[in-house]
Amino acid sequence: MTGDPLFADGVDWGDIGIVGIKVLVAFAALLVATMFMIWFERKLISDMQHRIGPNVAGPWGLLQAFADGVKFFFKEDLRPANADPLVFRLAPYISAVTAFVAFAIVPIGGVFTDTPGRSGTVTLFGKETILQVADPPVGILLLLAMSSVAVYGVMLAGWSSGSKYPLIGSVRASAQAISYEAALGMSVVAVVITAGTLSTHEIVRAQAGGVNEWLLITTGFVPFFVFLISATAELNRPPFDLVEAEQELVGGFHTEYSSIRFALFFLAEFMNVITMSAIMVTLFFGGTAGPVFFGWTWLWPTVWFLAKVFAFLFVFVWFRATLPRLRYDQLMSLGWKVLIPVMLFWLMFLGLRQLVIDQGWSPLQEVVVVLGVSAAGLALGWTLLAAALRAAKRNTDSEGLDDHDPEDLMPVGASPDDAGPGGES
Amino acid sequence: MVEVVVFAVAGAACLVGAVGVVLSRNPVHAALMLVMTLFGIAVLFVALQAHFIAAVQVIVYAGAIVVLFLFVIMLLGVDRAAELSLGALPAQRWTAAAFGLGGAAVLVWLVAAVDRIFKGAHSYELERAGIVVTEADAPATSYATDVSAIARSLFSDYVYAFELTSLLLIVAVIGTVILARRSYGADGRRAGQHGGESAPAESGATPQKARQ
Repeated sequence: MTGDPLFADGVDWGDIGIVGIKVLVAFAALLVATMFMIWFERKLISDMQHRIGPNVAGPWGLLQAFADGVKFFFKEDLRPANADPLVFRLAPYISAVTAFVAFAIVPIGGVFTDTPGRSGTVTLFGKETILQVADPPVGILLLLAMSSVAVYGVMLAGWSSGSKYPLIGSVRASAQAISYEAALGMSVVAVVITAGTLSTHEIVRAQAGGVNEWLLITTGFVPFFVFLISATAELNRPPFDLVEAEQELVGGFHTEYSSIRFALFFLAEFMNVITMSAIMVTLFFGGTAGPVFFGWTWLWPTVWFLAKVFAFLFVFVWFRATLPRLRYDQLMSLGWKVLIPVMLFWLMFLGLRQLVIDQGWSPLQEVVVVLGVSAAGLALGWTLLAAALRAAKRNTDSEGLDDHDPEDLMPVGASPDDAGPGGES
Repeated sequence: MVEVVVFAVAGAACLVGAVGVVLSRNPVHAALMLVMTLFGIAVLFVALQAHFIAAVQVIVYAGAIVVLFLFVIMLLGVDRAAELSLGALPAQRWTAAAFGLGGAAVLVWLVAAVDRIFKGAHSYELERAGIVVTEADAPATSYATDVSAIARSLFSDYVYAFELTSLLLIVAVIGTVILARRSYGADGRRAGQHGGESAPAESGATPQKARQ
């Protein structure tokens, strides 16, 4: 049984009311969570840098983000003379709306079981429903659609500002987003192959059998790490924040924005961090899965979900405090020459394993087919990739077309010591 | 009732977008209008229960192809007042009008033909004519079916067409790379190796130059 049980017996006004309440609650919760995320990031990064951080507005500076928001509302809304008026106004809304919509597919509660029949539902006002705003048939593809539409926000903001730094920032951003969307999409495909469904609700349900059924483990860790890296790049978070590299680009694509339009970009950025963390929890860490102890059984899944999301939020802030920024060519070679080939190989491996499961072959056949074909594919792919890299290196050496360091053609992980333009000069 | 409203809104968005693509003086505005048309079509796909096609429409067309258009427009720095009226071919207008009218006539004929078939035939007649009517009246069970139905026909009936199309795309990509490289090599310019990404590649390479 897929889809929201709310609509199983037709749609009446009560159903529409419940959906309206869900949308409002998700909207408000996401806004509040974003405010506290901003405070949390500033406070945590201060702690990691032995500073105090915001401590004036409210207890422990908790109201700092709120105060900033109020200030943004009252600032003058500047628009450069060169700017394209319509597109300049449109861009922040694209960013903000896509950030909200992507969160709609995340299940945030409900006790899931792996037995047949309905699970993961709660009863609201006498009607059985699922605790997520929408469970569309395309499920997780909505995330990919929204993250590809979100590129427009950044791209149009940079172009319409009519200024050089935003333009460079937005060209960087769109190239980065397009490159890493491929790896992101392929790690989602790994999840979809293994779980056998696109719906996020069903993906969570496929992981309900305990920790060893979490897709982190059943997809074999690699898709998760690829997803984490590409999600960080999609979010333009450090160490992939070349889009707004302050030393080079002032503020990147939003340099010319001020007042509430800037606030919308800021909001969208932090909201995307929360959404991506929630998606990672949903795809790889069992979503709402966790032991239910006592008392309100419906409350525990939400508690576990929030705890897992919080762990990822911490990780993103930790990245920012720890990792130096990549150079642009390192960013591109990590995406195209490491993550995508690795993910292609892993998809072949997972596909073979799924084939063996579907055909019901014996364990011996399984080992022979999966390991044999994987090894052959790995050897072939590796040889071709190595040959291509060698040819590219030879071309650059002989033609002198490019002044790239030859070692930059190697995967980035091979030479981690030259990361970050700041330390070179 | 709901279907009519959805169709009217999405259809209007498609038409306004399509007219806007043609009439916009600014290439970026034209590309954005194209996005609006693509979104309208995606909504129409959802209304037809073709959810997967709708998602792919947004991801591939709106998310990748038009982004690429915009990328090229921005990198080439097409001026806002770019004059597009120069150098019309002789008789171009008349040829275009003839082809446009011909296309419209074919479209009208096609719509009329399909309308006649579906109005005049009951489902068993359609079945006898070889048109399979699936259980479209069970939306609750058809959730995953459009994905698996597409996969099944792509990898069985149309597998050769599918593979040949991907081969064609690869040939196109390799051809583009070779052409781009040759033109850069011929006049000996020091340009970014990857034609389309020259601006970010150059800005990214600045610290390297300093190091060497």
